[in-house]
Amino acid sequence: MPRLSLAATCRGLVAVGCFVLGRDMSRPGSDAACRVSTAENLTMTYASKPGERLWLHRYACFTAFCTLLLIVAGGLVTSNDAALAVPDWPLSFGKWMPDMVGGVLYEHGHRMVATFVGMLTVILAIWISLKEPRRWVRRLGWGALAAVIAQGLLGGITVLYFLPPPVSMAHASLAQGFFCIIIALSVVTGPKWVQEEERLEPSDRPGLRLPALVVVAVVYIQLILGAGYRHNALGVMPHVTGGVLVLAACVWLCLRALVHYGKEWRAWAALLQTLVISQFILGIATFFIRKIRLDFPQPTPQYVWSSTAHVALGALVLATALVFALRIYRRYERAVPDRSGLMVEEVNVQATR
Amino acid sequence: MKRYFLLLGLIAAVAIGCTKKEEPAPATESTPTAAPAAPADMANAATVTGKVTFAGTKPTPRKIRMDADKYCAAQHPGGVETEEITVNDNGTLANVLVYVKDGLNQSFQVPAQAASLDQKGCTYHPHVLAVMAGQPIDILNSDNTNHNIHPLPKMNPEWNESQAPGTAKKTKTFNREEIAIPVKCNIHPWMKSYIAVLKHPIFAITGSDGSFELKGLPPGDYTVAAWHEKLGTVDQKVTVAAKESKAVDFTLK
Repeated sequence: MPRLSLAATCRGLVAVGCFVLGRDMSRPGSDAACRVSTAENLTMTYASKPGERLWLHRYACFTAFCTLLLIVAGGLVTSNDAALAVPDWPLSFGKWMPDMVGGVLYEHGHRMVATFVGMLTVILAIWISLKEPRRWVRRLGWGALAAVIAQGLLGGITVLYFLPPPVSMAHASLAQGFFCIIIALSVVTGPKWVQEEERLEPSDRPGLRLPALVVVAVVYIQLILGAGYRHNALGVMPHVTGGVLVLAACVWLCLRALVHYGKEWRAWAALLQTLVISQFILGIATFFIRKIRLDFPQPTPQYVWSSTAHVALGALVLATALVFALRIYRRYERAVPDRSGLMVEEVNVQATR
Repeated sequence: MKRYFLLLGLIAAVAIGCTKKEEPAPATESTPTAAPAAPADMANAATVTGKVTFAGTKPTPRKIRMDADKYCAAQHPGGVETEEITVNDNGTLANVLVYVKDGLNQSFQVPAQAASLDQKGCTYHPHVLAVMAGQPIDILNSDNTNHNIHPLPKMNPEWNESQAPGTAKKTKTFNREEIAIPVKCNIHPWMKSYIAVLKHPIFAITGSDGSFELKGLPPGDYTVAAWHEKLGTVDQKVTVAAKESKAVDFTLK
């Protein structure tokens, strides 16, 4: 049984953030030899049991895919105005399986997908804790479990309290946060992550680390603002402003990647930019479709599908930005000046990967 | 490890135990009779009658799609339209609440007889219901499908309860004046009705001829209002003498 404390779990939740920032996740007092040993273990594990590692990675990817489906299911609940179709929680009308008619189909369907993703996450966390040599990845696995439990509780609370906007907004935002954790686990358990050859961030070209980090942060904040608008906690203007900022940040990152790094990041930059532009157009369309929908006695199919697609595409933009950022941070070490003024690789980071 | 699971268990227990209960309104607000006002002088009561007319082009009613529930769809083989703006053949409006908005200082007995809100054919009957504050409302499910009743008040406690077919009626009250509380069914998102809660019984809801009659009005100066869910509210000043019958018409656009 892995040793786990609440503090360790909290640290696990921010492990990816710390990793992206280039911080050493090791506790004070642990020595470099220990970290080198971890890195060696990791390489050895991959070398000795490539199939096992691959299955863990595939399983994490499957969980990420199911999480995206869960986000779509959640989007359908809100778009169909069905969040309170089932007034009780955790059961539905006091049953495990009610009649799936009308709004119940969406609300109970969302609960079923959520339960499935919860179970997938439990298995993922245990699998990682048993097989993963990197401590911060194990923590991240437990962090995913904590996030999915918190997410379920928020979902229950928002139903029992008739959708208070801050709780519904938190539920929608944590969904994206949980998706980020699962995406990160999918990436860091992959063979490419381990096999990647690290190098210094080129000093003769503008760096990609900062813009990549900014894009992830801005996209996540934008999703929170979108959730605020969708759940009537905020007006539309913060979300519109956020959309423009996301577009600007992505142009900044993608242009820098394309102009200064050429082929190296072309595919990722093109994918991210395409998704962001599509999302921007879809967002404008959804805004007007939502206005028209108010004239109808019930959610129109156009509104349901456009708004749900907007939510799902938002999640995909976030996932793409995150994977792009993780790949950039994995490939390039941050170059820091040493005492003599020369640029040297930041110490002690490689070993913890 | 133990602490971690203890904490999770605690959070889960709190969340499950946190079922929102209806807040009982203060006793002083539960019945308008508690107000220190004179009882109404019914011997000299006046009557206000009139019509509510719709001005403008008659809107085309929106069709409701009930295909989300086969039972509901089967109840309306010819389709069904919304009741949001119901313009009668004579150009008048149905489902308009006409009530005394201001000027009544008398106290009135809250009727013991319950008003009724039925869920039939996956629509609410009536579409607009008016009751006195504290008056019971019987909620029925005449359909062979599950409904949930979810009022969205601003002044009264919110609740959301399901009602399975064949189950007993639910009796509810709203204790604070509120015009008007939207009521919806989240299972069938087209189902919507309004409950107006007033401090007095001098109100009427227009029907298929758009007319109304306000009876039992003590002599005096009043503001009479006509409220419609989509078209808003219009007011008129009305003065009535003892036993007078006065005609007042409203136009909504």
